[in-house]
Amino acid sequence: MYVVVSVAILVTMVLALVRALLGPSVYDRVLAVNVFGTKTVLLLSVIAFLYGRPDFLDLALAYALINVVGILAVLEFFQDRSRKKQGVDSD
Amino acid sequence: MIDIGLDILSWVLLTLGGACVLIGGIGGLRLPDFYTRIHAASLTDTMATLLIFVGMMLQSGWSLATMKLFAIMLFLLLTGPTATYALANAALLSGLKPGDKGAQGKYGENVE
Amino acid sequence: MSLFSVRHASQRGEARLPAVLLLLLVLAASWMLWSGLYKPLLLGLGAFSCLLSAYLGHRMGFFRHQALMGLLPRLPGYWWWLLGEIAMSSIEVARLILKPAMPVSPVLVELEAQSESEVGQVILGNSITLSPGTVTLDVHKGKFLVHCLTSEGAEALRSGEVARRAARLEGS
Repeated sequence: MYVVVSVAILVTMVLALVRALLGPSVYDRVLAVNVFGTKTVLLLSVIAFLYGRPDFLDLALAYALINVVGILAVLEFFQDRSRKKQGVDSD
Repeated sequence: MIDIGLDILSWVLLTLGGACVLIGGIGGLRLPDFYTRIHAASLTDTMATLLIFVGMMLQSGWSLATMKLFAIMLFLLLTGPTATYALANAALLSGLKPGDKGAQGKYGENVE
Repeated sequence: MSLFSVRHASQRGEARLPAVLLLLLVLAASWMLWSGLYKPLLLGLGAFSCLLSAYLGHRMGFFRHQALMGLLPRLPGYWWWLLGEIAMSSIEVARLILKPAMPVSPVLVELEAQSESEVGQVILGNSITLSPGTVTLDVHKGKFLVHCLTSEGAEALRSGEVARRAARLEGS
């Protein structure tokens, strides 16, 4: 049962990567990376049950923490850059 | 008897969660523009997370693992919308208009 | 992030002790759960981390929000209602994605928050984003800009059920 779920999650991760490669705008790519990150957390939790190793849950929590901070940091960077670019354009 | 019932219920939840994840992934590829793709992402972020984690919590019964699963689920559900809001707001502020290509281009006017 | 900066000066009071103690309790409990080892060194490190987190939260103004403690007992009921909403709207979105024609009709909706306080507005914005089919794009002075995947979803939002429930959560 867990195998089916983890395969579904893996397929979605591949689809998210395809979107990250295709994505016309930067934000599409960040969205895809965000989806990829949350799916990593899900996959780790499912794997903890698949192999009966509950310590994987700690890794899942660590990934959840890193993912949020990472996305916010990347967004801060891009927002700053796009603001600067707009400022240059309007001058 | 109750055990079998819980097993079946958790399997149903897990299967539905897997289906939600897949549909969200497909939607992320198929939908026409950035703002509609967010909806597909939020489908996998909330519904799939809820279903899969509740399914696993039913499997593990009353144990430390259940507490951890619940904590991770709560954390994902609380931080997910904040990250999504930051993303959508950054896109809006950078001047990406909803419906730049694909469905309807007219509803951008009544904004602001 | 503007999510945290939609505040009015009148809503900020002094830091209150019960909120600090509650946070310390939650932090200590999660440390115990996750570490599982009860050596003096690790317990000391845990106590240090809890106090440091509480101090950082205090510096960020976390305990000065008036509403935070008052709405805790009403939260489970609201979550239960929100769960039903999320289930219904995700079935809707899943059907939409799986249809070959994919009949999306994205609409932008302006929504007025009924609650004055910052915490209430954050809860409303996050609830809207949490349910599939609607995403909060911008929050500014109690006005929400929401992107809906379908016009039916926009209609449901305009009827203001979410805003009412979120406002009632604070029991104003």
